[in-house]
Amino acid sequence: MTTFIRALLGATAISLAVSPALAEKLTIATVNNGDMIRMQKLTDDFAAKNPDIELEWVTLEENVLRQRVTTDIATKGGQYDVMTIGTYEAPIWAKQGWLVALDDLGADYDVDDLLPAIRGGLTVDGKLYAAPFYGESSMVMYRKDLMEKAGLTMPDAPTWDFIKEAAAAMTDKGNEVYGICLRGKAGWGENMAFLSAMANSYGARWFDMDWKPQFDSEAWKATLTDYLDLMNNYGPPGASSNGFNENLALFQTGKCGMWIDATVAASFVTNPNDSQVAEHVGFALAPDKGLGKRGNWLWAWNLAIPAGSQKTEAAKKFIAWATSKEYLELVASKEGWANVPPGTRTSLYENENYLEAAPFAKMTLDSINAADPQKPTVDEVPYVGVQFVAIPEFQGIGTAVGQQFSAALAGTVSAEQALQSAQQTTERTMRRAGYIK
Amino acid sequence: MATAHSRAAARVMISPAVILLLGWMIVPLSMTVYFSFLSYNLLMPGMEEFIGFGNYEFFLTDPAFMEALVNTLLLVGGVLVITIVGGVGLALLLDQPMWGQGIVRVLVIAPFFVMPTVSALVWKNMFMNPVNGLFAHMAKALGLPPFDFLAHAPLASIIVIVAWQWLPFATLILLTALQSLDKEQIEAAEMDGASAFDRFRFIVLPHMSRAITVVILIQTIFLLSVFAEILVTTNGGPGYASTNITYLVYAQSLLQFDVGGGSAGGIVAVILANIVAIFLMRMIGKNLEA
Amino acid sequence: MARRATGTRKLVVTALAWAVGLAIFFPILWTILTSFKTEAEAIASPPSLFAFRWTLENYVEVNSRSDYFLHFMNSVVISLGSTLLGLLIAIPAAWSMAFVPAKRTKDILMWMLSTKMLPPVGVLVPIYLMFRDFGLLDTRIGLIVVLTLINLPIIVWMLFTYFKEIPGEILEAARMDGASLWDEVVYVLTPMAVPGIASTLLLNIILAWNEAFWTLNLTAAKAAPLTAFIASYSSPEGLFYAKLSAASTLAIAPILILGWFSQKQLVRGLTFGAVK
Repeated sequence: MTTFIRALLGATAISLAVSPALAEKLTIATVNNGDMIRMQKLTDDFAAKNPDIELEWVTLEENVLRQRVTTDIATKGGQYDVMTIGTYEAPIWAKQGWLVALDDLGADYDVDDLLPAIRGGLTVDGKLYAAPFYGESSMVMYRKDLMEKAGLTMPDAPTWDFIKEAAAAMTDKGNEVYGICLRGKAGWGENMAFLSAMANSYGARWFDMDWKPQFDSEAWKATLTDYLDLMNNYGPPGASSNGFNENLALFQTGKCGMWIDATVAASFVTNPNDSQVAEHVGFALAPDKGLGKRGNWLWAWNLAIPAGSQKTEAAKKFIAWATSKEYLELVASKEGWANVPPGTRTSLYENENYLEAAPFAKMTLDSINAADPQKPTVDEVPYVGVQFVAIPEFQGIGTAVGQQFSAALAGTVSAEQALQSAQQTTERTMRRAGYIK
Repeated sequence: MATAHSRAAARVMISPAVILLLGWMIVPLSMTVYFSFLSYNLLMPGMEEFIGFGNYEFFLTDPAFMEALVNTLLLVGGVLVITIVGGVGLALLLDQPMWGQGIVRVLVIAPFFVMPTVSALVWKNMFMNPVNGLFAHMAKALGLPPFDFLAHAPLASIIVIVAWQWLPFATLILLTALQSLDKEQIEAAEMDGASAFDRFRFIVLPHMSRAITVVILIQTIFLLSVFAEILVTTNGGPGYASTNITYLVYAQSLLQFDVGGGSAGGIVAVILANIVAIFLMRMIGKNLEA
Repeated sequence: MARRATGTRKLVVTALAWAVGLAIFFPILWTILTSFKTEAEAIASPPSLFAFRWTLENYVEVNSRSDYFLHFMNSVVISLGSTLLGLLIAIPAAWSMAFVPAKRTKDILMWMLSTKMLPPVGVLVPIYLMFRDFGLLDTRIGLIVVLTLINLPIIVWMLFTYFKEIPGEILEAARMDGASLWDEVVYVLTPMAVPGIASTLLLNIILAWNEAFWTLNLTAAKAAPLTAFIASYSSPEGLFYAKLSAASTLAIAPILILGWFSQKQLVRGLTFGAVK
């Protein structure tokens, strides 16, 4: 009996000693995007290298995630040790002193390998505050087979006029083929990301140098009219509730002739496991209007550490792992090169294996390099950001304006009315926030 | 009849509930009132300053406010009408002798157990989606163009979804009330030659009025703060077509992180809810007298 | 005299009731069926009701992506905990309201109900700050407290209406026999009130299980219940109907089964005093 108890005690002691009693638990908040879910599945590799760190995942839909992490960081709730944040949040939060600078991610990290356009958006006063997990611009994805059937060829750098012509030629509503799929769901990161970028190529801007909203300009009017024209004539039904994910599903099931959206979608639409049209997809730069700017945006999902976290060192180890070159190789070894998270490292675009496996690589890189957050549109602007305006008020304004444009797409208001309300709402908020005296 | 002793004891027994609810109401509410007078954006800490009624003015002059108010009333009213009319009908049906009554009842009450988020997701994607939804497939089979419910009838669609969730609740309460009805009374009326409609109008309906009151009261409490269904399906759009007051407050405080404006909106919502509550009490309170 | 409940009539009623019942249940059935399809079949046109290749791959995928059991346990603990705590507070309150009514009893009751009209979004920031200061963020205890407070008015009201139907004379008699207040509550009142308490318990578990605002906003990883689990399956990238269906089925199945098994108990007390 006693021996049994002693044995039991001994076993307990051993198990206590063996189990990582001092393991640090990192709580990581992330988006439910494909690349993040893949990362979650690959954490065994991290665990093997860092037995003293345990990972706990909070995976949420984008809008919920943004609301959760913002509330938490602004109130210093301290619920998360690593947060997934966008290019929009990074500079604003860094300026508030809410993020830990990531200037020492280790010797192997090779921070200079990060794409300059992406890195620039995450750097404040020369310090990196968030490490990019994947980066994206936007481009045209189109169905080569349908283009051929329509007797057209997509140039590498199309114009909006050509897009319209192609959309008209490819549309075959009887067979549920719609010439063009674009975002219509309201939200600053949904339809407004697309429309702001499109507006840039039309020479429109959000604000003039005195922070006066510009929705009463001819350029915005032309943007919205052309967008509505495209979508009403050649778009799928229900477009006003389609965001990135809905359009991806439509494109993958062969219902779209063209789709202008995030470059990361390229690996999804060319993956034969998910996409019924995988072998027919071609790529082109986002269209322009002959004004010297293309309608493509710049975005990255990044990992950052909230200031005040007790587990900064462990969190840095995790971030360094998840955004490293080795991680790219790890994904490549398990899922193939085409599926590695794109758009963060120069070396990836010099890697022969990647270039061979990913036909969209060059177009992605060119698109990212073509975006300029400092000078997004034709005229001068007082803000930074291509498809967003990097001020805290923008989320609210962008979504309110997005609602108006979404209503215009649904046909409940006219384009004129939508622009007018957009102008009013934006002016109201900007006045309240003190930008307009 | 109750003694002083039992009165004192009663007070002791009721006090935990009262104190807790008082605390739950007063503490956050007073903080909210306080915030509502500040210019306070979560994203710009250290900039808080007293601005009087500025937030209230901002919230009440929001072009979306009136539309949201109307939508709130339409949503509450629409769901109440559907669930009560449908609930009375279902209760009458389920009260009849039939085969497999237990199973039918189980089928009917099932939606009540479904999380609002889940039911909104399911309705939005698998039924109302104009390309891949079941309704679109049905329209196609009939040779009709698919209808985009959430874009062209957003509020009506949300009313349907919410009504689907609450119909079982109404049905259950009304059915229980119906079952307590004295069947002999009906039979007597039938003998006297009263038509089916008259029997319903003069015997069944008055008997159920109390239950209907209860359904109205409880559902109104929950329906005033419908939120998840809107967030998941339409995000309040297109435009403000499906924004209710609760959603407007959400947009103010958690999309714009404007705590000051959101708090003012919250207070406005509380006041409006209380006006509705007083109305309700006036209209139906006497029915609850017991 | 028996009514003219002829066979035909019963047949018609049965057919009608089954049709309506199935129509109401259909969205749930469809979700469950879709959860066993592949993603491609889930959006196939025309859709098939039963004739597809049944697969469990969605359930495998969902389980590899999230810790269903953890979320499930959190939901159980939180909904059960808040319900029991709520009953503990509400039973005495409802007892005294029902048996020792004061002039203000009805006002208190209505006031309690009116606290439920406080829109949660309006008070999130104050609550969040308090939770942070008390270290309650992402804890089951914190959620139990909040959900108890939210549902307390409904519990009190339900119990009150139920207790009122217990004839006061029985209590009088017990008091005459020298029973203390405690004895009265424990030995006389409680057994008689069990059906009412049971149905209150069930209703409250359902409400707490399905509460999606506070549970989502006050938790991160450790205490997140099934409502948070679902939030990671709404509109992800690519085709998701089948995975969404599987996650939805997993999230609602426990409460659906509980509800079905206990529907008799649930219905018995779910009258809110509507039956005289």
